[in-house]
Amino acid sequence: MHPMKSDWISRLATCVLALMLTACATPQHMYGWGGYQDKVYEHFKGQGAGPEQQILGLEEDLQRMSGKGMAPPPGYYGHLGLLYLTTGKSDQAAQAWNKEKALFPESTQYMDFLLNNMKKQKG
Amino acid sequence: MRQHRIMLGLALSAVLFATGCAHRPLQSVDYTAFRQAKPRSLLVLPPVNESPDVNASFSMLSQVTFPLAESGYYVMPVTLVAETFKQNGLSNPPEMHAVAPAKLKEIFGADAALYIKIKRYGTTYTVLNSAAIVAAEANLIDLQTGSTLWTGSASASNAENSNNNSGGLGGLLVAAIVKQIINSTTDAAHPVAGITSSRLLSAGHVNGLLYGPRSPKYGLDGQN
Repeated sequence: MHPMKSDWISRLATCVLALMLTACATPQHMYGWGGYQDKVYEHFKGQGAGPEQQILGLEEDLQRMSGKGMAPPPGYYGHLGLLYLTTGKSDQAAQAWNKEKALFPESTQYMDFLLNNMKKQKG
Repeated sequence: MRQHRIMLGLALSAVLFATGCAHRPLQSVDYTAFRQAKPRSLLVLPPVNESPDVNASFSMLSQVTFPLAESGYYVMPVTLVAETFKQNGLSNPPEMHAVAPAKLKEIFGADAALYIKIKRYGTTYTVLNSAAIVAAEANLIDLQTGSTLWTGSASASNAENSNNNSGGLGGLLVAAIVKQIINSTTDAAHPVAGITSSRLLSAGHVNGLLYGPRSPKYGLDGQN
């Protein structure tokens, strides 16, 4: 057998193997998630660190995401706004909900509903 | 000889390659209404729980955003949605599921809503094994028209990959006891619910949801 030919086949085999390994690889995520879903679960169960600690964790994760050039997922700022509201920071809650609206215009009607409710309760 | 072996390897690889990620062409779900409605934003109602575990609904609800958002949909913030229901005097999922679609549309402004029912959530024991199992089904309803756009179901178990026991019957029994302790003392079903949620709500599966507008794969699935 010609040594050159064998070499060529080996190289082709390597290429096929590489293709196989990458073809089914998990795709990149569209969003940075941080600990969002875990925090949502804790919030629902009423366990874990409480709203102040959740806020700190979510804010830290946001910085980490922007460092990696990733956007937070739908609902991230919405949940953050709810936490701000429960800790009496209604200005920050409004900011967070406006941010949700800016990132995801699909949320406009619901965010406006929440913002209006908050205004009514304040005034 | 060597060349033959490499050729054989190549042929095998090709077969593996062709079957490895194959999508079955089988398609029994009718996507006509789904395609016409083109939902962009989804409201996930807190799931109705038919299992004895009181955590099931929140466990599932906290893990639905990932598969849906990564499939290209906007998902109404789940904690805020639950809070809004509560402030309107509704705290049980069956009551929330009974609200008229038009009313949900008026408050949340979502294009469609997902109604999820948890059929199983928790640990099942047999003599030689125990497994945390979560099973759920979902209906996607157009909030404009009230019509059904898609239905699906999925289940997952943490025993799916654990039949590689060695050590004979005694070993099996010990493993079963250890697993029973783990499955009953920790929140073993919660991560399983995450897998169920992904199987149920990720786009790109046979009979699964279509990709949403935010996904780069939007409009490319199920070309028929």
